[in-house]
Amino acid sequence: MEMWIDRTKCDGHRLCAELFPEMIRLDDWGYPIITPGAIPQALLPHAERAVAGCPVLALALRRQERKPGQ
Amino acid sequence: MNNSILWYTTRGAGAVSLILFSAVVVLGVLSSLRFETTSWPRFLTTGLHRNLSLMALVFLALHIVTAVVDPFTHLGWLAAVVPFSSYYRTFWLGLGVIAVELLIAIAVTSLVRGVIGHAAWRAIHLLAYASWPIAVVHSFGTGTDTLSAWMLVIDVVCILAVAGAVVARLLARPPDPLAADRARFRERVSRNLPR
Amino acid sequence: MTNLSLFAGPPPNAGAERFADHTRRLGHRPAGNRTLIDTLDRSGLVGRGGASFPVGIKWRSVHSRSRGGAVVIANGAEGEPLSRKDQTLMTLRPHLVIDGALLAADAVSASRVLLYVGEAHAAAVAAMSRALAERSTVDTSRATLLTAPPSYVAGEETAAVHFVNTGVATPTATPPRPFERGVDGRPTLVQNVETLAHAALIARFGDEWFHSLGLNHATGTILLTVSGAVAKPGVIEVASGSTVDEVLVMAGGVRGKARAVLLGGYFGGWISAQQAGTMVLDPKGLRAAGGSLGCGVVSVLDEVADPLDVSARIMQHLANESAAQCGPCFFGLRSLAAATTRLARRQPEHGDLPQLHRWAAMVRGRGACRHPDGAVAFLQSALTLFEPEFAAAAGARGRRAS
Repeated sequence: MEMWIDRTKCDGHRLCAELFPEMIRLDDWGYPIITPGAIPQALLPHAERAVAGCPVLALALRRQERKPGQ
Repeated sequence: MNNSILWYTTRGAGAVSLILFSAVVVLGVLSSLRFETTSWPRFLTTGLHRNLSLMALVFLALHIVTAVVDPFTHLGWLAAVVPFSSYYRTFWLGLGVIAVELLIAIAVTSLVRGVIGHAAWRAIHLLAYASWPIAVVHSFGTGTDTLSAWMLVIDVVCILAVAGAVVARLLARPPDPLAADRARFRERVSRNLPR
Repeated sequence: MTNLSLFAGPPPNAGAERFADHTRRLGHRPAGNRTLIDTLDRSGLVGRGGASFPVGIKWRSVHSRSRGGAVVIANGAEGEPLSRKDQTLMTLRPHLVIDGALLAADAVSASRVLLYVGEAHAAAVAAMSRALAERSTVDTSRATLLTAPPSYVAGEETAAVHFVNTGVATPTATPPRPFERGVDGRPTLVQNVETLAHAALIARFGDEWFHSLGLNHATGTILLTVSGAVAKPGVIEVASGSTVDEVLVMAGGVRGKARAVLLGGYFGGWISAQQAGTMVLDPKGLRAAGGSLGCGVVSVLDEVADPLDVSARIMQHLANESAAQCGPCFFGLRSLAAATTRLARRQPEHGDLPQLHRWAAMVRGRGACRHPDGAVAFLQSALTLFEPEFAAAAGARGRRAS
């Protein structure tokens, strides 16, 4: 599973970085920088908490897919 | 004897509900203000808001159930569901029914937030600003303890807390730093399309 | 001179080619179906809106998802300030564009065609509108003209789709991409108008003909907007595979001495005058080499102009054109533009230059669309090519320690 973010919805509430600091940190303007790639099994509960904690529902957990060739 | 226990529970649970829901409203305002300090992170505000509201719903349920089954009030379940249908203190109780029905809408939409989306959830959630004052007025009118000192203290503290939070929210700059620019851009690129 | 294809026919001062002349010169539009997609594969045609994506693959991806109700958007928004090729094409050859859009609709099983023309391009809007009115009701019943708001991102494919759906031309997060779910949730093909015009000719004359127009391994012709320090700026059609130098000769030659060339517009990047000499303008080849022809802008910077000043103005424009939906784009581009402007004025703040590199890396890939990526790529090309000038500006006298 990997973390997906709808950047048009993200308003910089910053809860995700508090709840999942292992893979989410903040840039100079308070918006999340998400470490790309698969989320380790042990960290999934924190990822789920970050997704649930986002006040604007900007985050989602997605199954990793091969990048489609369009 | 039985009657008294039910009666005291109704009044007590009502008071506790008022305190808890007042705290919930204050925490909701703090959340929209993006309140945080070094020792009070953002998730503490939202987490407490959620947990206290669930706790408050439990006390509210207790308040309603004990009121309905209490033989002294002759309320019946219908009175708890249809506003202004009770014989006992019709108007003030009716307000309570309205307040609770608004709360149920808020609670249900919060549980299915992921399905209905943020915009719909928020529209219903703002009804909290109606539900809380209606509940307070309900407590003045139906409350047996309205004029007792302890209840007055509770009322004053709760009202001041919520009023203070709302004033802070109204006076604060928009907490979303992109709000103005986003609106301005949307204005620029919006057109009325013929359908 | 090149074997013209798009601009073959009446000269530019004759204005828009009328339907009768178009049909007499080229014949009626042939059937568009699955075999056209195979022909496009073989022709090597790639998208001319900026991404240079193979057209056959794109059409097939929409066709495979269509159940008869797909949608085609002919993208003529052209929000790039330095580009004029799409508006020129639509003004002079509107029927080629409309043919291409209708052929695409047949080939991908679309029931609706939308001609999305930038509202600021008045002549193009008028020409396309008149041309559509000249067509039969069979064609006009499924094609509509709508005008795009004049903003840089209005031509972004998700913004075009969002505009049709809601009347607001802002980009949206992906997935889903338009070819999966677009207008009214249907598979939607968003294709640049020049690409569609090429397709309209390939459908008539075949993929081998298209190959024959290009030089060496490149196929077909490309439209370019040549501007800056050249004698005859404007839109020209050249054989794909031409070098930048050959293009500049066709534009009347450089005025003065060339210092650098901006390739691809604000969304492209700088190359040095020496690189320009031998750089081959082949959209497919450039893409394979990790570069991009973008929307075909070739803008010459002479030795008199200040490259930092030009770069700062472009960064400022790109920052102002952010849709302000995504924090990293809006605030990142603003910070980058402000620092670049300070350096251009030789009034840097302490740390401006390293911050440019740092913010550029911080902003890339963190918007919903590719707008911040394009701006960052442009800035990085400037930082690379004009490294000595940037370094000198960063060490300029009058700097304030912050």
